[in-house]
Amino acid sequence: MTAVLRIEDLTLDIVSSEGTKPILRGVSLEVEKGSVQGLAGESGSGKTITGLSVIGLEPAGAKLTGRIWLEDIELVGLTGRRLGDIRGRRIGMVFQDPTASLHPQLTIGSQLTDHIRYHLRESKRAAQARALDALNRVGITASQRILSRYPHEFSGGQRQRIAIAIALACEPEVLIADEPTTALDVTVQAGVLALIRDLVDTLDLAVLFVTHDLGVMSAIADRVAIMRGGQVVEAGDRHQVFTDPQHPYTRALLASLPGAKGGINSRADLRRLDLSANAIEGDGL
Amino acid sequence: MSPDSELTDPGPALGPGGEAGPVRRGPAHAVLWRYIGKRLLIAVGLLWGMTLVTFALTNLVPGDPVAAALGQRAADDPAIVERFRQQYGLDQSLAGQYWDYLVRLVHLDLGTSWQTHNPVARDLAKAIPATMEIAFGAIIMAALIGISFGAWSAYRKGKMADQILRLVSLAGISLPTFWVAIVFFYAFYYRLGWAPGSGRLSPGMPAPPKITGMYTVDALLTGQWSVFMDASAHLVLPTAVLTLYTIGLLTRFSRTSFLEVLDKGYIEAAKAKGLPGRTIFFKYVLRAGAIPILTVIGLAFGSLLSGTVLVESIFGWPGLGSYAYQAASRLDLLAVMGVGLFVGLVYLCINLVVDLAYGFIDPRVRVG
Amino acid sequence: MAPSTRSEDGPLTAGGDQAAPRPGRAGHQSAPSRQGPQNHPNRADGIGKRSLTGRLWRRLPKGIRTPVGLIAAVVALAWIAMCLFGAQVAPHDPLAQELPRFTPPGSTAWLGTDELGRDVLSRILSGARVTIGLALALVVMSMVVGSLLGLVAGYFGRWVDETVMRFTDLVMAFPTVILAMVTAAALGASLFNAVLAALVVSWPQYARVVRSMVLSLRTSEFVASGRLLGFSPARSIRLDILPNVSGPTLVLASLDIGTAALLLSGLSFLGLGAKPPTPEWGSMVSSAVQHFDKWWLGVFPGLAILTVVISFNFLGDALRDAFDPEAGEA
Repeated sequence: MTAVLRIEDLTLDIVSSEGTKPILRGVSLEVEKGSVQGLAGESGSGKTITGLSVIGLEPAGAKLTGRIWLEDIELVGLTGRRLGDIRGRRIGMVFQDPTASLHPQLTIGSQLTDHIRYHLRESKRAAQARALDALNRVGITASQRILSRYPHEFSGGQRQRIAIAIALACEPEVLIADEPTTALDVTVQAGVLALIRDLVDTLDLAVLFVTHDLGVMSAIADRVAIMRGGQVVEAGDRHQVFTDPQHPYTRALLASLPGAKGGINSRADLRRLDLSANAIEGDGL
Repeated sequence: MSPDSELTDPGPALGPGGEAGPVRRGPAHAVLWRYIGKRLLIAVGLLWGMTLVTFALTNLVPGDPVAAALGQRAADDPAIVERFRQQYGLDQSLAGQYWDYLVRLVHLDLGTSWQTHNPVARDLAKAIPATMEIAFGAIIMAALIGISFGAWSAYRKGKMADQILRLVSLAGISLPTFWVAIVFFYAFYYRLGWAPGSGRLSPGMPAPPKITGMYTVDALLTGQWSVFMDASAHLVLPTAVLTLYTIGLLTRFSRTSFLEVLDKGYIEAAKAKGLPGRTIFFKYVLRAGAIPILTVIGLAFGSLLSGTVLVESIFGWPGLGSYAYQAASRLDLLAVMGVGLFVGLVYLCINLVVDLAYGFIDPRVRVG
Repeated sequence: MAPSTRSEDGPLTAGGDQAAPRPGRAGHQSAPSRQGPQNHPNRADGIGKRSLTGRLWRRLPKGIRTPVGLIAAVVALAWIAMCLFGAQVAPHDPLAQELPRFTPPGSTAWLGTDELGRDVLSRILSGARVTIGLALALVVMSMVVGSLLGLVAGYFGRWVDETVMRFTDLVMAFPTVILAMVTAAALGASLFNAVLAALVVSWPQYARVVRSMVLSLRTSEFVASGRLLGFSPARSIRLDILPNVSGPTLVLASLDIGTAALLLSGLSFLGLGAKPPTPEWGSMVSSAVQHFDKWWLGVFPGLAILTVVISFNFLGDALRDAFDPEAGEA
């Protein structure tokens, strides 16, 4: 296994007139091909900003130091055209709320093809064919007609699938998913998680999956990192982190989970948290 | 406004392989037509209200129209007053007068100006194209510059450019238009001689054949190049004054709407797709900002027409504004009402068009 | 109601807990464990360490605590002072025709003299009372009239609301200057009628704002409980509604002062307001139209209007931003 995306000692401060506010303190992470790196943490722990920093979407006033490698390209400090060539082309991004991340006044066809045409320099027709492929891949049986529909004509789960199709349309190596299931109903959540898992396996995709939800995390991640106060306090294999946490914070977190007195000690406890596709298909949750 | 309209089906997502069915597509058009019908009905209601307002103002106010029209000497002579009252139907009951007034309105009869002794409608027909010429010019210029400034300001929020533009636009809306007109007239015409200061054409220049009544357009249509250049030069100063005021208004408003749009998730998502900044602006930002900005352009056009009242007389521009100014200063009520009714009507139409445009610009057809 | 912006979700939870509250936007909270005192210079200054003026200063809206904001505040205060003492400060009698006619600005008369030999500076200073005083009066009047109608419409609802709101629609269907001009012309030209005409066009915005606030307050629990306690409408309005409505209404009023000054001076410019000897700025500009080559006649009264309007507009903006940070994005 090789790490496609490596974050090394990432530090981020937000400088404003009110002073300097530290957000990230030396975050290091690796995301491998064909696997899901989970990144969990409370609100304000810096997990979302870590994901956004990878593609240069850190908030205004942010001062970034450290290194982010995509294969052998250094991403920190990249701007303009060269950053644009990475975004959407080599790293796709899915956001929390598909209702917000899709433009309400543009057809999904337009939103699916504009970056394909820009990145791959394809004709409109070819880009549409590629967009339909991407839609099929995320489980939306697509016909030409669907491209002329607007986001409001789809349900929440379908919208998030479309957002994933947009992120994957140019066949990037890395997908950053920022709480992609948080805004969805629980049943819909399971479907989207299963889809991401499936894409990882079939496309050999590297996924950085950001969530505040340990249940979701246990369902999707191969490797887990726990963030607190801008630092990664615990990282490792999913099974290891959930059954044998090293950091007191992780232990406290797991202890607070319902039905897990004194943390997760057995495989049975872990399975209870497991929302993965198999579990869903098995008993319908 | 909720992002999910009532048209949205909040149903569950279909599993992999499921057909992403359309969500109640049909009723959208019905809703749109009902919406248009409702807006039209409101417009008709307002129009009727306007006739009431102008009629009430002409008839129920303490001012003595006879004295205003004929002078105090004549007003003291009962015979003259009686004849005058009969001539203008002032001897009938109020309801009767209002009915007459409506009937005349339907026939586009706005009465006779006490000042020019012409039918007000005919005076207006002459003045309107002249005013539209500067008003259209000003609103187009102001929209282009104001929206650009607003976008620039929003993109550079908090930076130096933003702070300067905010101050400039604040100054813009604080300018007394009539004063700017005098300053421009003095500086650019009287002192510097950069542009003609008065009238629509230089003395001796023949007016182009009347097609639209707008000299520049008519000159272009008939291929009279020198007339076009001369008419355009005369447009510069009055248009510039009206533009200046409107720019401030539009800059402030479009800055606010762009800031709101730039904060939206889909802008971040578009950046994450790697699209170049200008594509994001023209395709994503501008489209989302279009509705509120369109509204304010409509409003700005109304206030711009008001502005002509204060500006035209200074530049000797024979439009609605000069007409209204002269009518107002001599208390020529019917003429003033005619202008008020016309501008109100234009305002109403603009609002109606903007309202209807909502329905077409936004595919969700948010109603109510 | 879907969250419109991406938010860092609440506490770490297990399972798909949809009910978890989602406070605020990302970026407002910092990492809790990493906050050293050095990161919060503001928090370091305790109460009592600052002087009284320092603390008062910090309570001013942020927009005023800038160089431009200070200038605006000083200019506005200076004009208000001129409202009260302008006639006393003026070097000459504003109506006395005692100087050579058309004297350019200089040592005889700082801002020159007009066609009748009156001192322009004195006329401007004495005119502050007319233009600013009437603008303030107009704003107070339209605030009172508009708020009252809005209050009644919002509180009683039904046909009262319907009637009042259709009427505001009607007034707002005309561009303000045009309707004010028409009304002033119909009432007859005088300063009092100009204010009346301006009042006709400026009350509706207050009515709308107050009505919408009352509508949302009326359904709130504390107003409902007041009604359960048997409060009369008057008492309920006085105790529960007025205190909550007054803040935003005053902000709106402060934003309206500049507009009011522009409207009134515009009407006077049209000859529908102040009558000739009165030193009113709009009519001063108007009489300068006949003598456009004597630039000082028009330029200085216009500058007076401009500085008044711009400073009040700036302060109004700052006040609004302080009340509603979302609206202005300072």
